[in-house]
Amino acid sequence: MGMTLTEKILARHAGLDSVEPGQIINARVDLVLANELSAAVAIGVMRNIKGAHRVFDAEKIALVEDHFVPAKDAQSAKVAKLMKDFAREQNIKHFFDVGRGGIEHVVLPEEGLVAPGELIVGGDSHTCTYGAFGAFATGMGSTDIAAAFVLGEVWLKVPPTIKLVYDGRPGEMVFAKDIMLKTVGVLGIDGATYRALEYHGSTVDELSITGRITMANMAIEAGAKNGIFHADAKTIAFVKERTDRDFLVERSDADARYERVVEIDVGELEPQVACPHTPDNVHPISEVTRERVKVDQVFIGSCTNGYIEDLRIVANILDGKKISPDLRVIVNPGSQKVWMQAAQEGILTTLAAAGCVVNTPGCGACFGGHMGTLGDGERCVSTTNRNYVGRMGSPKAEVYLASPATCAASALTGVITDPRSVDVSVGADTAVAGGKR
Amino acid sequence: MEKSMRGFAHKYGKNVDTDVIIPGKYCNIVDPVELGKHALEGLDAEYTARMKPGDIIVADTNFGCGSSREVAPIAIKGSGTAAVIAKSFARIFYRNALNIGLPIFESAEAVDGIDSGDEIEVEPASGTIRNLTKGTSYKAAAFPPFMQSLIEAGGLQPYVEKRLAERAGVS
Repeated sequence: MGMTLTEKILARHAGLDSVEPGQIINARVDLVLANELSAAVAIGVMRNIKGAHRVFDAEKIALVEDHFVPAKDAQSAKVAKLMKDFAREQNIKHFFDVGRGGIEHVVLPEEGLVAPGELIVGGDSHTCTYGAFGAFATGMGSTDIAAAFVLGEVWLKVPPTIKLVYDGRPGEMVFAKDIMLKTVGVLGIDGATYRALEYHGSTVDELSITGRITMANMAIEAGAKNGIFHADAKTIAFVKERTDRDFLVERSDADARYERVVEIDVGELEPQVACPHTPDNVHPISEVTRERVKVDQVFIGSCTNGYIEDLRIVANILDGKKISPDLRVIVNPGSQKVWMQAAQEGILTTLAAAGCVVNTPGCGACFGGHMGTLGDGERCVSTTNRNYVGRMGSPKAEVYLASPATCAASALTGVITDPRSVDVSVGADTAVAGGKR
Repeated sequence: MEKSMRGFAHKYGKNVDTDVIIPGKYCNIVDPVELGKHALEGLDAEYTARMKPGDIIVADTNFGCGSSREVAPIAIKGSGTAAVIAKSFARIFYRNALNIGLPIFESAEAVDGIDSGDEIEVEPASGTIRNLTKGTSYKAAAFPPFMQSLIEAGGLQPYVEKRLAERAGVS
């Protein structure tokens, strides 16, 4: 019997010829990730493990300061310092301080720390993002991360795989975010619990690396353990530009076992919006605009949509225009590199001139930490990945999830707006980016 | 495994996510008691005022979905809550709860048979859940054998110590 890509990666890292769903394995890890919040707890756990003085490999751990940065208060500064001190003590090679990194999931691929066939665990649920590169990547809590710091291995239950097949060319202003919101809507927020998602089809073959990142990132929103794409020429070129490390590109076998197959026709898809208060409460934009949903804040950024491609789309829509006087627009480029690229392309100036505020890279607003927290009765349309009650601040606030294009269009009008209804002066480039993304 | 526990039920719906269990703004706190003061704040701001140590959270499917924050089960435990009974748990929360020693039990029948305010007794060793108010009894799903062995070993920490000792012996 054949194996899926997820099963092959797990088998190889467990030193086994084959594995099957439900099997418990002990797997070697290629990289362990933590941010200052998950690290603070993990370091405490590690200190209590008898005989655990050093991490298993100082070059296979990545620590990124990104959640409450720059420190919003003394307590945040304390946990940031705790991780920095640990990084120094353990000679951790890949430590990213403020100004040297950004959002963990944006930074690691940029730095060449993620390659096809690798097994990565992280103290953050959106660690599943690296499935975009054909890696097995999953989020865990701090105690599991502490164990991985020390042992360089984790126990895992091999998940059954759900095959997702996307066909059809995306219509105007339909992006990877819309496709993934639709997917989460179809699966439901516990539809893939304990499962792997494997993305297939002509649509995803055409997607850019950023588009695949957006889709893998939100696998957890359906409860999945991981979401994975097959690496192709685009993936290999991206990774080889950033590392000379050897890696292995594998494919699911033709006779691999799938628990089920879900087909999604992208050609018929409108832009999608996840309405409050779950990421699977997904509706086509035409249903949402009928309600005239007034918004107080637009947020552009996060590990889902904080990439240069996303900022280009937003800048194209806002270029030469002013945002609605009734709202504020907060933009967080995902990393220092994205920020610099956006600066070089004039994007930051375009956004600022339109009335947006451009923040430093970080996770703050997305999880209700700081720099864009919502108050009682406020409503936000956001490019982020979760809209649970209180996610971005007050439990009396509402969050709608959408693509950067839908968010930018909404910024102009003050209500959730179909990006296809907005006149985009730049035209050709955006259309190509939109269609191919 | 812990001895039996007895407390009053506080019942919630499905998809109780980690953002409502412990809102993001508290995630820079590491002290369990301090975290416990904010347990379930996003869902039921009165929970910590109303509950008594030893009480039990009862919920529908997919409890603990969303973020991997281990402070979610730590906050529940820190509040004095004795256990969570749910129809099902989200994957990461399930691991985290077992790792930090928050007792969790899966039983759809028990959840359907319990109302808020009912007095509940749980015997962790046998997985028996008794509704003392209604006089009914249920059996929680057994933990998979590997999880059971981890629990019996005292959690992940002793497991890691054992693996380290084995390696030291080999080298």
